[in-house]
Amino acid sequence: MGKRVAIVGTGQTYMRSARKDVNGQELINEAVTAALADAELTMKDIDAVVIGNMDHFEGINYVDSWSVDGSGGYLKPIFKVCTGGTTGTTVAMCGYYHVASGLFDRVLAIGWEKNSESDTTGAIITAFDPVLDRPTFGGAVGGLALTAQRYMHLYGATEEDAALVAVRDRKHALNNPYAHLRLEITVEDVMKSPMISYPIKYLDMCPRTDGACAVVFASEDVAEKIAPQPAWVLGVVNRHNWTITGDPDLGSLESMAEAAAVLYQKLGIKEPLKEFDVMELYFPSSWAGLMWPEDLGLAKRGEGARLIREGITGMDGELPINPSGGVTSSNPIGATALLRVAECAIQIMGKGGQRQVQGAKTALATGFGGCSWSDVMIFGAKKPS
Amino acid sequence: MAEKKELLTVQSGEAEQPFNWAMGRYVSKFMTELRDNKRIVGVRCPQCKKVYVPPRQVCADCFLPMEEIVPLSGQGSIYCFTVLSFGFVDPDTGKQRPVPYTWAFIKLEGADTCLPHFVDLADPKKLKVGMRVEAVFEEQRRGHLLDIKHFKVIEG
Amino acid sequence: MDKVAIVGVGQTKYERRKKDDSFAEMVYEVTVKALEDAGLTVKDIENVVSVSNDFWDGRTISSMAIQDACGSRHKDISTVEGDGLFGALYGLMRVLSGSFGTTLVVAHNKPSESRMPLITNGMFDPLYARALGLDSISSSALQARAYMDAFGITAEQCARVSVKNHGNARRNPLAHLPLEITVEDVLKSRPLSDPLKLLDVSPISDGAAAVIVANEKSAVKAKKKPVWIKGVGHCSDAYHLGDRDLARSPALVAASRKAYAMAGIKDPAVEIDVVELYDAFSYMELMWLEGLGFCAEGGAGALTERGVTALGGDLPVNPSGGVLSAHAVLVAGLARLIEAVLQVRGEAGEHQVSGCRTALAHGINGPCGQGHCVMIVGE
Repeated sequence: MGKRVAIVGTGQTYMRSARKDVNGQELINEAVTAALADAELTMKDIDAVVIGNMDHFEGINYVDSWSVDGSGGYLKPIFKVCTGGTTGTTVAMCGYYHVASGLFDRVLAIGWEKNSESDTTGAIITAFDPVLDRPTFGGAVGGLALTAQRYMHLYGATEEDAALVAVRDRKHALNNPYAHLRLEITVEDVMKSPMISYPIKYLDMCPRTDGACAVVFASEDVAEKIAPQPAWVLGVVNRHNWTITGDPDLGSLESMAEAAAVLYQKLGIKEPLKEFDVMELYFPSSWAGLMWPEDLGLAKRGEGARLIREGITGMDGELPINPSGGVTSSNPIGATALLRVAECAIQIMGKGGQRQVQGAKTALATGFGGCSWSDVMIFGAKKPS
Repeated sequence: MAEKKELLTVQSGEAEQPFNWAMGRYVSKFMTELRDNKRIVGVRCPQCKKVYVPPRQVCADCFLPMEEIVPLSGQGSIYCFTVLSFGFVDPDTGKQRPVPYTWAFIKLEGADTCLPHFVDLADPKKLKVGMRVEAVFEEQRRGHLLDIKHFKVIEG
Repeated sequence: MDKVAIVGVGQTKYERRKKDDSFAEMVYEVTVKALEDAGLTVKDIENVVSVSNDFWDGRTISSMAIQDACGSRHKDISTVEGDGLFGALYGLMRVLSGSFGTTLVVAHNKPSESRMPLITNGMFDPLYARALGLDSISSSALQARAYMDAFGITAEQCARVSVKNHGNARRNPLAHLPLEITVEDVLKSRPLSDPLKLLDVSPISDGAAAVIVANEKSAVKAKKKPVWIKGVGHCSDAYHLGDRDLARSPALVAASRKAYAMAGIKDPAVEIDVVELYDAFSYMELMWLEGLGFCAEGGAGALTERGVTALGGDLPVNPSGGVLSAHAVLVAGLARLIEAVLQVRGEAGEHQVSGCRTALAHGINGPCGQGHCVMIVGE
């Protein structure tokens, strides 16, 4: 039988549009150093490392080999996992399974990206089938715009509805000293910003960011000795349904709905809005922030805007979403999903400072990747039975 | 150190990494039909009967190989659309795409999945989900997705 | 470690260029083969670990292309970007966690579709070594020179490895390069990067492979005798070639000792019956034999000369023909595991080593075998 696993420390760099002062290995090392300090551990205590990023953003092949100077993987077990945008949660899940397997007690999971070093859109386009999709593909924004347009058509949602998400997340970012973009905006600001791909406008979209994040997973045998309040991993699941672009139904995120349903059933969760204290959700655009909470069972189909309008997801609401400012405020792609995990852990460990949700005991993190890859991870303050 | 700090960068240089991908049996069939017959084809799952376009070997839900090629009329409707206003360099041609242009999911008659492609109308106010469209083929075709030039709106 | 077994295996034939197959079609072929081998259906697979690499495939999120082909719809799936044996290790972890009874691990590559030197040049740091134009062959040549000079290993000793392995491949219908050659043929073959000559170097092969990992409860459903995983270990050396002692492999020593300890093996040369290691180059078989502890440092040349590692010897190494005979990068480490499993099952056909009860599989990742993974399997 496997081991129970908790997060006992996290670290992240300050997110910036370009970190010209460090190379990739140094950037990684910043996050690693911070995570070890947070957990009050040294590299000697780490039994294994797992790392992820999207190769073509930095143009480096075999990043696990390349990173050892910064990741601490020298003479340690290390390998790389990568699943595009969900790499961060894939890395987190891999770190979790390393420990749950019983083979390792303390594992360092690292996600990072130096988006400033390359052509992000060009690289993302290469994710899609070179023969069938690439000749017409409209980039990450184009793909997201299609789902937004479909949702508008089905449920009559408006561009102003989506703008509310951007306004909420950017406001939250003001409490997060690490966030890349920290500017308070209004719905009008969003509506006036340039249209990128109808209906997505500039202020609806996440930025490109340089940054790194590291998380320490520990087994039940040692977690409580390391952290006074570990963030226990209660469950992880992922689903994917996009191989060729025209395949999935775009009016909702089916893979997310399926993943959430599977995990809720496993854990006996029936009313997520009531049963979770905080959520860190991967929204690459404000529209996602409107649609995908429905897939998580937080609102009925077409009612995503109500959650925001009624203040349910603000810092004073029943279920704060993205106290960190979310992906709309910082997007170092290989780290982005891992940041959702780290931020949930930070909430449970009570280390959120100005962005702390008081008394947060259960948290949910999602990861999303450009091919409907959906990851869900649930954390709790109490050790699972 | 009292010296001035200089932060340098290095460029990736001119070497390209060319690829020569095998299309496989299914995609090759799709492309040769475009090239030789100006015809779009899909493939049907023997179990769930879902028609996939473009064709591929395996039905994802049934995990069965599909053999039945299904010719499609080239007509369909817009399932969803977006109009791109930002130009980016197309990694295949190395050229900037001219904007604005419309990229849409086309639900072809008889198919259960959508075919993403261009539509020849770039005004988001005029475009509607459900609008009927028809494939327009290039005169010179080579066995490439862009043998279909775009889809044109066939209904006011 | 709980009892976990390999219950199904499948490989494509390894070839120079599989021009009829897309990535997905190769993956489907081996997934179906592994399921048939195990006597299981796709419904019995509880999660999937795929192995692929964006540079080799020419696509970001390379795993996306093969999701449907490996039956991952409505299941958890993750992707290891590195050698396939590390993928099997991750598949094992996911079963050990208790979350899944079975994992399908599938690796694919079509190196024929682009230019290996550019792809492997991408391993090198853009700030330093990349500008030197190093690739897999030229960097390994540096290692070969360091190793040979450190221990007085000769070109003939390396050549013997090539002769042995290509010869073994004649008994493996899936191998890309079965050859009947002599030491002289190797020494006279075209120099590529001193001291490496053409016949010292593995080919570039297209191919895919899959294994099904199962816990004890799920292994009962499979139709063949399960082959149990006895021990595993993985470890990485430093990155910059100049930081390393290229003549030695401390990471392999660490990884293998960990695997031996887990498997309760005290004298590997005696207790291991067959070795399938990652001989991307002839000199590598010698280096890795030393790192694995089968002989003292610098002793592998003599070991090979004495015929110990031949098919009929005391410790057959690479009876399948090894990586020198078929090299689908990323797949080859998983192929070593498959060959080890076939040996323990007694299903290796003409390259079967009689009485094999415990076998060792080995994979490498990164420049000059920076990272190593070792898996020991047995009855």
